Amino acid sequence: MFLTFPIMVIRVNTIENVVEWRWNNLYMVGIGSFALSMVWRYMLKRKERGGKKADNGPSDAKPLAQKILENRKISVPVVVAVCIIVMFFPFVFSMYQTSILITALTYVMLGLGLNIVIGLAGLLDLGYVAFYAVGAYSYALLNYHFGLGFWTVLPIAAGLGAMFGILLGYPVLRLRGDYLAIVTLGFGEIIRLILENWNEFSFGPSGIANIPRPSFFGMNLSVHSATIYTYYIMVGLCIFTIFVVNRLQDSRIGRAWIALREDEIACQAMGIDKAKTKLTAFALGATWAGMAGVLFAAKTTFVNPASFTIWESVIILCVVVLGGMGSVVGVIMGALVLILLPEYLRAFSEYRMLIFGAVLVTMMVFRPGGLITNVRRRYKFEGGEGGGRKE
Amino acid sequence: MEYFLELFFGGLTRGSIYALIALGYTMVYGIIELINFAHGEIYMIGAFIGLIVASVLTLLGLNHIAIIVIASIVAVIYSSAYGFTIEKIAYKPLRNAPRLSALISAIGMSLFLQNYVLIAQTSDFLPFPSLIPDFEFMEPIAHIISSQELVILICTAVVMILLTYLIKFTRTGKAMRATSQDKQMAALVGIDVNRVISVTFVVGSATAALGGVLIASHIGMINFYIGFIAGIKAFVAAVLGGIGSIPGAVLGSFVLGWTESFATGYISSDYEDVFAFLFLVFILIFRPAGILGRSENQKV
Repeated sequence: MFLTFPIMVIRVNTIENVVEWRWNNLYMVGIGSFALSMVWRYMLKRKERGGKKADNGPSDAKPLAQKILENRKISVPVVVAVCIIVMFFPFVFSMYQTSILITALTYVMLGLGLNIVIGLAGLLDLGYVAFYAVGAYSYALLNYHFGLGFWTVLPIAAGLGAMFGILLGYPVLRLRGDYLAIVTLGFGEIIRLILENWNEFSFGPSGIANIPRPSFFGMNLSVHSATIYTYYIMVGLCIFTIFVVNRLQDSRIGRAWIALREDEIACQAMGIDKAKTKLTAFALGATWAGMAGVLFAAKTTFVNPASFTIWESVIILCVVVLGGMGSVVGVIMGALVLILLPEYLRAFSEYRMLIFGAVLVTMMVFRPGGLITNVRRRYKFEGGEGGGRKE
Repeated sequence: MEYFLELFFGGLTRGSIYALIALGYTMVYGIIELINFAHGEIYMIGAFIGLIVASVLTLLGLNHIAIIVIASIVAVIYSSAYGFTIEKIAYKPLRNAPRLSALISAIGMSLFLQNYVLIAQTSDFLPFPSLIPDFEFMEPIAHIISSQELVILICTAVVMILLTYLIKFTRTGKAMRATSQDKQMAALVGIDVNRVISVTFVVGSATAALGGVLIASHIGMINFYIGFIAGIKAFVAAVLGGIGSIPGAVLGSFVLGWTESFATGYISSDYEDVFAFLFLVFILIFRPAGILGRSENQKV
């Protein structure tokens, strides 16, 4: 209460030299902070007790979400239901809803891409938005100068994203976690500043307008049907992403990433090429960002540097952290929750970033694993038989 | 030559502000090995509180010097309290968690504080009254170094000397150095590690707040976003000099200040921030331990 006093209660207006006293805020802050600190203490206590319980004996209880996922009786109908909803969504709901969902799906893609870098390989990348910008601008510029269409640019942008990923990844390989975060952050800012200042190349802060939407076999579609069409492309790409990430996770390289995240030195001792593995993580993560960027440009038909600030990176980071690092379902849920909720709760829009920040802190303190924790495969010894069984 | 000198002193002033912020970074990093992303936000809050106090006092009709002194003191006290609370809320529960968690928590805190000030105050640039008076004896060289710059330089120097004294010659400083070397061993010989960490946060926040008030009255504009860029640059400076080392942070800050000042003066001002970041990338590639840092081998 002492802390918030000056900033909440006094608002100064230096132009007219007026000091505004806002005493009524004081009561709110007082009550709010009291209640919050009670909740905080209670949660911390509970967490400590939980930690002790876990020490007493390993419990076999899995998190609820994990149970649902593994039980085929529940998971199959759920998947089918989701598929049906996804298929018919644009026909049932309005165009506005559809376009919101496209945005959410873009974040699903970005989240899954970043998930490769952070969740699997454990490299904190705060400049992820730079690759997103590379994708969006490559579509905008290639279209503007050479008239290339959506489908031609999509693989080009993916390739460019990967190239930038390697370009950035190469010099920073030797750095440890926190240095890496700062360098990637700096890289993201450099890309944005260049886009903003290099007028001849990127048209500066005013951006590029009139980017065509994706065309359907050469036909030009109306805005309405184009949105639906974009929606289906997005869904298709998301499914593709989920498929690839799922396959990657259990592949040789995926396991190498996870091993690298857990212990670099042990990993090198096992004969994993550290540089190559990290570079692939960067490149693959950047590829998805590049593709998502193309879609973003195609959907909004307009790009400018203001869409690619550092906070965009932080939102994507939020998506990954909230959903659970390393878990695919978690990231999808995280993206949908984080992007859809603010859209429907327009009244609180100004508190959005404030809540994001608070969510990041509380998640880290209380549930570092995210909403849906990724349960690692482990090998368990069955007594006496001596053989390992996959769980 | 005069242009050169002007840029030189401009860079020096800039560098000393970065140094005030970088000190907090490097101290915190030295002890708990965490990049405190919220540090830049503390600097911003310091500037805001300085502005609020200064405006209230101006209405009461005090003279300028009294105002700036009181405003600085209040800002320092408040920011220290903020630093203390942030550490308690966001970092203490994560003391033994993986470093990535603490880092993400720090980013969250930074985001939270920024938007908290944005909502509670305003998103506009607020003009900060220019409170440092022009000295008469500075008149002949005023076009090279203004009296505001002189005040900033003197303040920084005083803070540096106090800090060096604190760390080298007091009990608390000894405890700090011990903790940064080996936390467990320090606890074994009877040092209250949690208290030492809190003290570090408080001292770091206090210097950042002082920097906030000084730079705000020098530039004359503040908004909720200043903390972020300043924080990043101060971090660059800390890394430049070798993170964890206090003289390194000061040296790195001056180098960065001059780089920016000369680069914008002789090349182009559009890419001011790009220079800082490029510099960081090059330093990290060629000398990851920094100018004065010792390289440490990672052990199993």
